[in-house]
Amino acid sequence: MSISRRKFLGWLAAAGGGAVLGKSADAASNKHFTGYPGSKGVLYDSVLCIGCRNCETGCNKVNDLPAPDKPFDDLTVMDTHRRTDDKTYTVVNKYQNPNYPKSPLYRKIQCNHCLEPACASACFVRAFTKTPVGAVTYNASVCVGCRYCMIACPFEIPAYEYDSAFSPRIMKCTMCYPRISKGQLPGCVEACPTEALSFGKRDQLLKLARERIRKYPGRYVEHIYGEREMGGTSWLYLSAVPFKEIGMREDLGVTPAPELTAGVLNAVPMVVGIWPVLLTGIYAINKRNQKVADAESEAAVTVALDQAKLEAETKLSEALAKAEKEKAEAIEQEVKKALEEAAKAQEADDSDEGEEGTGETKTEEDA
Amino acid sequence: MSEESTTTSRSYLTPFNMIAGIIIILGLIVTALRFTKGLATVTNLSDYNPWGIWIGFDLMVGVALAAGGYVTSAAVYLFGMKKYHSAVRPAILTGFLGYALVVLALHYDVGRPWRLPYPFIVQQGTTSLLFEVAACVALYLTVLFLEFSPAALEWLGLKKVRRLAIRFTLILTIFGVILSTLHQSSLGALFLIAPSKLHPLWYSSYLPIYFFISSIIAGLSMVIFEGTLAHRYYAHKMDSAHMEEKDHVALGFGKAASFVLAGYLITKVIGISAGNHWHLLGTGYGIWYLVELLGFVGLPCFLYALGVREKNLVLIRWTAVLTVIGVVLNRLNISLIAFNWHLPSSERYFPHWMEIVISAFIVTIGLVAYRFIVSRMPIFYEHPDYKESH
Amino acid sequence: MEGMLHTLHEFMVYTKGITYILIVLALFGITGFWLFLTGGDEEKK
Repeated sequence: MSISRRKFLGWLAAAGGGAVLGKSADAASNKHFTGYPGSKGVLYDSVLCIGCRNCETGCNKVNDLPAPDKPFDDLTVMDTHRRTDDKTYTVVNKYQNPNYPKSPLYRKIQCNHCLEPACASACFVRAFTKTPVGAVTYNASVCVGCRYCMIACPFEIPAYEYDSAFSPRIMKCTMCYPRISKGQLPGCVEACPTEALSFGKRDQLLKLARERIRKYPGRYVEHIYGEREMGGTSWLYLSAVPFKEIGMREDLGVTPAPELTAGVLNAVPMVVGIWPVLLTGIYAINKRNQKVADAESEAAVTVALDQAKLEAETKLSEALAKAEKEKAEAIEQEVKKALEEAAKAQEADDSDEGEEGTGETKTEEDA
Repeated sequence: MSEESTTTSRSYLTPFNMIAGIIIILGLIVTALRFTKGLATVTNLSDYNPWGIWIGFDLMVGVALAAGGYVTSAAVYLFGMKKYHSAVRPAILTGFLGYALVVLALHYDVGRPWRLPYPFIVQQGTTSLLFEVAACVALYLTVLFLEFSPAALEWLGLKKVRRLAIRFTLILTIFGVILSTLHQSSLGALFLIAPSKLHPLWYSSYLPIYFFISSIIAGLSMVIFEGTLAHRYYAHKMDSAHMEEKDHVALGFGKAASFVLAGYLITKVIGISAGNHWHLLGTGYGIWYLVELLGFVGLPCFLYALGVREKNLVLIRWTAVLTVIGVVLNRLNISLIAFNWHLPSSERYFPHWMEIVISAFIVTIGLVAYRFIVSRMPIFYEHPDYKESH
Repeated sequence: MEGMLHTLHEFMVYTKGITYILIVLALFGITGFWLFLTGGDEEKK
């Protein structure tokens, strides 16, 4: 044999692996995904934010969004807590400072561009993409408008164009994907007059954030929001007060969204694999039981019929026997009668012997 | 049994027809608004509350209550309970109508309904539970259509096609059970991705299992409930076999529902324990949870058992109503009432009256279609030409 | 980069895509196999 066994197995593995596993899915059960290397993000330092709303203006401009009802330099809009909507990708909200009531705190809201986006995991047409550069983008040309992404997003970011009858879209921050692809800064970062917003590689931003916490003891709480929340986000936050004081949820956990549904998704093929076997099995068992029951009842019928037949036969033979007996008795009686009559006749008429003799013979022949 | 329709001699101005007519006219007006002005005009949906009653009621409740089809056909064709055979056709019919209406309701809810086939033909979002639900609902609607087709074919007198359709009964039943298992449970699993939005008492990794078990309960109870209504209005359509079997169906299905409810109650309690949520039972939401659990799971479980033991058909029928309300409540709790529980009341959702009109409109279409079909096709009786075969 | 999977989401899209194809094949396959398995019974009759 010219081909060694090992070589053959190697080919087989190559063919099989190449055909079935086109991508190197060495991602076995214990593989931990760390995201795209060198992907970008933004660090928002709420301590340095002055609440000027310039980032909102910048965002509005670069994304060609409609003008707001109140101009951007009107800071009274911050008296109420706002959220992102279909005309606003980012908003800055004002919060009471528990330590220094006179200097309020600010917090910028926009898409956090999760490392494992819940919206992308939830979308049934893959309209969302986690791009290697870090931005989570949305493709309106396939969107059906089911709004499951809005249910799924733990940060309540995606907004919907409910007003549109014919082409409603999901609206959310894109991290200015077209701009950062060209090497430009996101609109909000470019517009920020302080260092509250820093754009860069996520790894570098994490280092920067840790550096700031270390450098200024007491200024920040020792937590970088977004480092691990929901499996980590590309947008990172620093704060002087616990994050829930500036309206950020601290109870989201660290489980990446796809893991929340992985268990159920894994059960799907098992149902498809096992149910046909189980159900057909139950059907076959019932059919077999039915057959056995039918056969049994058939057998019972046969037995019953046999018995009936037997009984009928017995009855018949009994009846016959009875009839025979009756007949015999009748004959006997007849014979007796005849004999008696004969005797009588003999007694009455001794002289006429010949006639009696023939009468007797005739009776016997009848029987 | 198969007498000619007598509607021509009767007046069309019955109370049912008048109310249905008004709802349908209103529904058509709102439909026109919905498809010309968009969702904002006719709904109270918001960025915080993307799903309203068109999902919470029409989809979630609709699919659960249409479970009678797979439950009954599995009982009769797979588990060999032939004595319930007369219940199969009505159950398949309501299942088919139920799913058809769910799909109709989705056309109102999604932003671009003409794109509903996109998940299958353009891009497959295989990581989404909604993809699985969509695929299973689409396939199961087809299965139900095929399961229902013999009745329509008998009505139309197409014997050859009917014979072909009958041959696939077993395989369609098995497919139906597989697809139902998957999408009934996946409807619950839809919410697994939002642990931060659904109240912890209702959020559980067992959600898919709860949805599957409660769909069986809903299916069994709906068969009893529909049977009661059908007998009230369509007794003249029923043949002797149907009349003889209907009490057996109520007793048998009531017994099954009672026992499944008992199992459901156990798994629910285990769910509280698994999440260690005992302390939440004392809160407002906890009391509401207990109302659902004790009043609409525990109580019907007991009442069914009582009804079955005492052969009290009236009690069984009323318990079926209570159970159905319980399943409706459960679906609404998960999709609307306990969802977004963390938001202030000003941000919570309450349906717009036009949303309610559309939901009523869709239910009315279902009732009208049901009446149309049962008064023409062999649903409650066996067609005289096909008596020998099933 | 090409051909490498960096996120769990990407991994799931890929593996679940294959799974769904296998599911369809499995449903047809097992139906066919059942007919093959029970084909002998029919012939005997």
